[in-house]
Amino acid sequence: MEQVATRDAYGQALKRLGEKYRDVVVLDGDLSKSTKTADFAGAFPDRFFNMGIAEQNMMTVAAGLAASGKVVFASSFAIFAVGRAFEQVRNSIAYGQMNVKVCATHAGVTVGEDGGSHQSVEDIAIMRAIPNMQVVVPADGPSTVQAVNAIYHEPGPFYLRLGRSKVPTIYTDEMDFKIGRAIKLREGKDVGILACGIMVAEALRAASALAAAGIEAAVLDVHTIKPLDREAVLQVARETGCLVTAEEHSVIGGLGGAVAELVSSEFPVPVEKLGIPDVFGQSGKPSELLAFYGLTSDKIVELARNAMGKKAHK
Amino acid sequence: MREINDQVTAELEKKAKILRREVIKMLGKAGSGHPGGSLSAADIMACLYFWEMKYDPQRPDWEERDRFVLSKGHVAPVLYAALAESGFFSGEKLASLRQLGSPLQGHPDLRKLPGVEASTGSLGQGFGWAVGMAMAAKLDRRDSRIYVLLGDGEMQEGIVWEAVMAANQYKLDNLTAIVDNNGMQIDGHLSEIMSVEPIAPKLKEFGWNTREIDGHHIPGILEALEEARNSKGKPFAIVAKTIKGKGCSFMENQVDWHGKAPSADQIDQALRELA
Ligand SMILES: Cc1ncc(C[n+]2csc(CCOP(=O)(O)OP(=O)(O)O)c2C)c(N)n1
Repeated sequence: MEQVATRDAYGQALKRLGEKYRDVVVLDGDLSKSTKTADFAGAFPDRFFNMGIAEQNMMTVAAGLAASGKVVFASSFAIFAVGRAFEQVRNSIAYGQMNVKVCATHAGVTVGEDGGSHQSVEDIAIMRAIPNMQVVVPADGPSTVQAVNAIYHEPGPFYLRLGRSKVPTIYTDEMDFKIGRAIKLREGKDVGILACGIMVAEALRAASALAAAGIEAAVLDVHTIKPLDREAVLQVARETGCLVTAEEHSVIGGLGGAVAELVSSEFPVPVEKLGIPDVFGQSGKPSELLAFYGLTSDKIVELARNAMGKKAHK
Repeated sequence: MREINDQVTAELEKKAKILRREVIKMLGKAGSGHPGGSLSAADIMACLYFWEMKYDPQRPDWEERDRFVLSKGHVAPVLYAALAESGFFSGEKLASLRQLGSPLQGHPDLRKLPGVEASTGSLGQGFGWAVGMAMAAKLDRRDSRIYVLLGDGEMQEGIVWEAVMAANQYKLDNLTAIVDNNGMQIDGHLSEIMSVEPIAPKLKEFGWNTREIDGHHIPGILEALEEARNSKGKPFAIVAKTIKGKGCSFMENQVDWHGKAPSADQIDQALRELA
């Protein structure tokens, strides 16, 4: 299977967006080679601003540019874009519904060797809690490209969460991406697996493994965590009677939290949440860390069986 | 008072070379990490750990010790090398840098490794941490000094200047900030990205005593540290002009060597140059 890092897809998509639209302005905080905004910077030096190692100021500057008609893409690592600049994102960008796309790379533990200080495991929860903020977590290269285009055309603040490491390509370039519309990748009636980001590929592998054992798992790529595709999630809940969520994020407040919030009031079914337990990350190879924190298809299979065991009537 | 003479200088130069060699070896083994800023800081680190600071590796939490905060936490390798060479832990541990389960995390973690005074890596935060330590020392009337090493790129962070103001306000003359002024950050030269110059005059205007030195000239570093120690009523900043990648010819002044590991051949060459 082809492997592309979502940050690479972001860099390419941003450059193409710049070719088409004059109002695209890109900001970065001394990480342009890593976030891949350097691709845009090389092509459009006059519309790229390196704001230095000053993420808080970068976000308020982004709001000012947006207030003057620009469509701003502001990038850094997830830990700094969300963490360091949280209150600027909240009060300068989201509060006024400014047209700023906070596009953060190096999310989650697949940051790898840099360690826990650099691995954001809580950014989805934080961004999701901000009113007006929409949160998108693409699974692969093609869906990242589509997401970048989609958030350009949809006015208002977005948080786009991208990764450092290469991930398997699931979709074709022509895939149909709509903000807020989850993608059903597999039908099934026994258990529903809802995943985002790098865990979508794992969910598909888990579903194959379950199928071999005679269990039919539905798989949903919930690339938009907010606004959550309520209909799609509830439909899977109704069809299967139990859910597993999978994300490269804390089990607190991310996709699992969003899904549990919804089904607990609308259609209560057991929800098993796979994610990073309530701990910080650490140094290690990305693959080692995924195994260490159980972010694997094997673990999804295990949780799928647990969820099925908790169904009200089996 | 101890005399700064040729022998002392030669000893410290030797120590700095050891630190540089360890940095190269560690990064080679780890396959990732930050050589440029580790090497630019090696002489300063040698002067701090093998001359200036008082500490006891057998008692890492001895209250009266001086404290060092690596605010530019990405150069953890040079800190780890200094801690190992000082006896806080065995040098064999250095080979585990950045590996799963190692106490030598990619960025310093005070809960994992003795001698690490602050968990850093998010630029700007170590400075405020050091200010807090200096305030505590004053509160407790302890005669321990606090040292903090900053990157010049790091000074682009607003919170650095918040810490600068706090140190001035509370007259933290037990605090010495050292700026590793190598003129480079990740995306290029500071002058092209976001200039922070002139650093020393800015700090002076913010109420600090300052001194500008060559950050690779051992006697100059020692004299500046002594001046800082004797300065009363104000915090002291040493702005040390340095060369990113210093000591390793192919890394010197190369932006590219901010954050990548040398290959096997490059390690050989670097170790030959640092022999
Ligand atoms: C808050 C924050 N933003 C961004 C980074 C990513 N980063 C790591 S090192 C670095 C450049 C640091 O430059 P400088 O302080 O001059 O250090 P040196 O050149 O001495 O290595 C950046 C941007 C970070 N660690 N923390």
